[in-house]
Amino acid sequence: MGIRILKGGMLTTVQDLGRTGYQSQGFSVAGVMDVRSFKIANLLLDNPENEAVLEFTLIGPVLEFTSATIVAITGGDFQPSINGEPVPMYTALYVNKGDILKFGSARTGSRGYIAFSSYLDIPVVMGSRCTNMKSGIGGFKGRKLQAGDYIGFRIKRRYLPFFLSRKLDLDEFDQEEAELRVVMGPQDDLFSKQGLRTFLTQEYTVTSDFDRMGCRLEGPFIAPKNGSDIISDGIAFGSVQVPSHGKPIILLSDRQTTGGYAKIATVASVDIPKAVQRKTDHKIRFRAISVQEAQALYLKEMEEFDEMRRLIHQPCKEVLECRLVAKRLRKLFEEA
Amino acid sequence: MEVTAIMQNIRFLTAGDSSLLIEFGKEISPAVNRKIAATVQLMKDQNIEGVVDVIPAFCSLLVNYDPRVIRYEEIRERMQALVKVEAKAGQQRRKVFEIPVCYGGEYGPDIENIAEHAGLSVEEVIELHSSRDYLIYMLGFLPGFTYLGGLDERLHTPRLANPRIRIPAGSVGIGGSQTGIYPLDSPGGWQLMGMTPVRTYDPSREVPILVEAGDYIRFVPVDEEEYNRIREAVARGEYQCAVHEGEV
Repeated sequence: MGIRILKGGMLTTVQDLGRTGYQSQGFSVAGVMDVRSFKIANLLLDNPENEAVLEFTLIGPVLEFTSATIVAITGGDFQPSINGEPVPMYTALYVNKGDILKFGSARTGSRGYIAFSSYLDIPVVMGSRCTNMKSGIGGFKGRKLQAGDYIGFRIKRRYLPFFLSRKLDLDEFDQEEAELRVVMGPQDDLFSKQGLRTFLTQEYTVTSDFDRMGCRLEGPFIAPKNGSDIISDGIAFGSVQVPSHGKPIILLSDRQTTGGYAKIATVASVDIPKAVQRKTDHKIRFRAISVQEAQALYLKEMEEFDEMRRLIHQPCKEVLECRLVAKRLRKLFEEA
Repeated sequence: MEVTAIMQNIRFLTAGDSSLLIEFGKEISPAVNRKIAATVQLMKDQNIEGVVDVIPAFCSLLVNYDPRVIRYEEIRERMQALVKVEAKAGQQRRKVFEIPVCYGGEYGPDIENIAEHAGLSVEEVIELHSSRDYLIYMLGFLPGFTYLGGLDERLHTPRLANPRIRIPAGSVGIGGSQTGIYPLDSPGGWQLMGMTPVRTYDPSREVPILVEAGDYIRFVPVDEEEYNRIREAVARGEYQCAVHEGEV
């Protein structure tokens, strides 16, 4: 009762919202890169908000189901198919025992997610099921998935109410340019006026140096006032670090807990998914907003999730109409 | 530095929409570190709703919070009030963890380098290294990796020109002005002077990491026989580090 990995893809790991509460001891949070896609995948199946999923990168995995379950696929478009037939994303999908779910390479975006209604049987380590590859803990044996691995399910859950209503609009990741809204700080005061202007007006290019730890950008030199070394301090998800080479690095899920380079700004939570779904050579621009604006955007996104929950919890219109037709027909028969 | 001087230097900085960075000056000192440790303790006592995680560092404290529960202005106000609380005399406890170390030989292949660099005998190096308590300024880099302050200047030794590919967990070494313990197998360039049988990091233990920022470490020399005895006790889950508690 579970899934067998037939192909691991480029980098497929078990993830949830991360291992928080241990950063003071040097543990990276890890967790999903694209929190929005992760939340939508779980939401489509009425899963708990923090239920573990598989995150895959650039080339997706091939999975065989050893029992029936319901799945939802979100994030970049990895051209999913079941037994060779293309299947829709952002939709609850029934999967039978023996079915083979295959992902290709990312047509759009760079990270995909699959959630399971039967919950992956992965032990909780220090409050989380996420994989921390550097420490070798959590997830599946603390490592990425490879051919031959088997993950069981924790429960049998093959029924969801309003099944036919469980589809949502796709998030599009096909743009090659993205504007990331940032909150300036904590060390923006270490950069010259010219440096700050460069950061906020120039275009930066995503390099191939882009993994779960961070995304290095290439572009115009961001000038510090006098060097950009600081006494090591804690790093937030999405912080934009600028070492002495003057090129920004966006720090992501597997970032170290502390670092000794100045951080010019931090990407707004709602825009981190846009950052992590970039590909090499994509363009990024930064725009400053206030912390209040960033928090308002975050709360608005929470409302958007509530609206999605409402949408997938109402009877499917098509089904309703069928019943209506049947009712009318019955009346006709009874009259006749 | 006096507490009042620290207070004057405190700055509240935004680190995105879910984190607040509190900077307690720009100097690494035991007084600043005590202030940060006291603030973290107060936060634990008050259990501020919405706080997700904290990262104390040399002279700053990053507070991660959930804006759904607490907004920027609120957390900032809470923290502003918190850092004003002055620790009463005797309120802060000093916790010293004894870490047994088998120095030299195959356990510490670089101890002669260190001795040579310092112009001391190996015995003097061991004596110097194990005769003081080291303040844990912060943990970072690796799970359970401690940044310790207070290494005797005579023992400062440059890192190896060629870092080792794998340094086994438990290795005790010196890198520049730092000394510490490798919590897990890792590449590294520190000069290795000994090994502890104690697992400073064990993810399968209820408390995976023994120490916290603000605690102290004292290295206690043990011979090979004692090392092996402790190692077996650790493997059985029966060993507990000696901990001394007292006033700061």
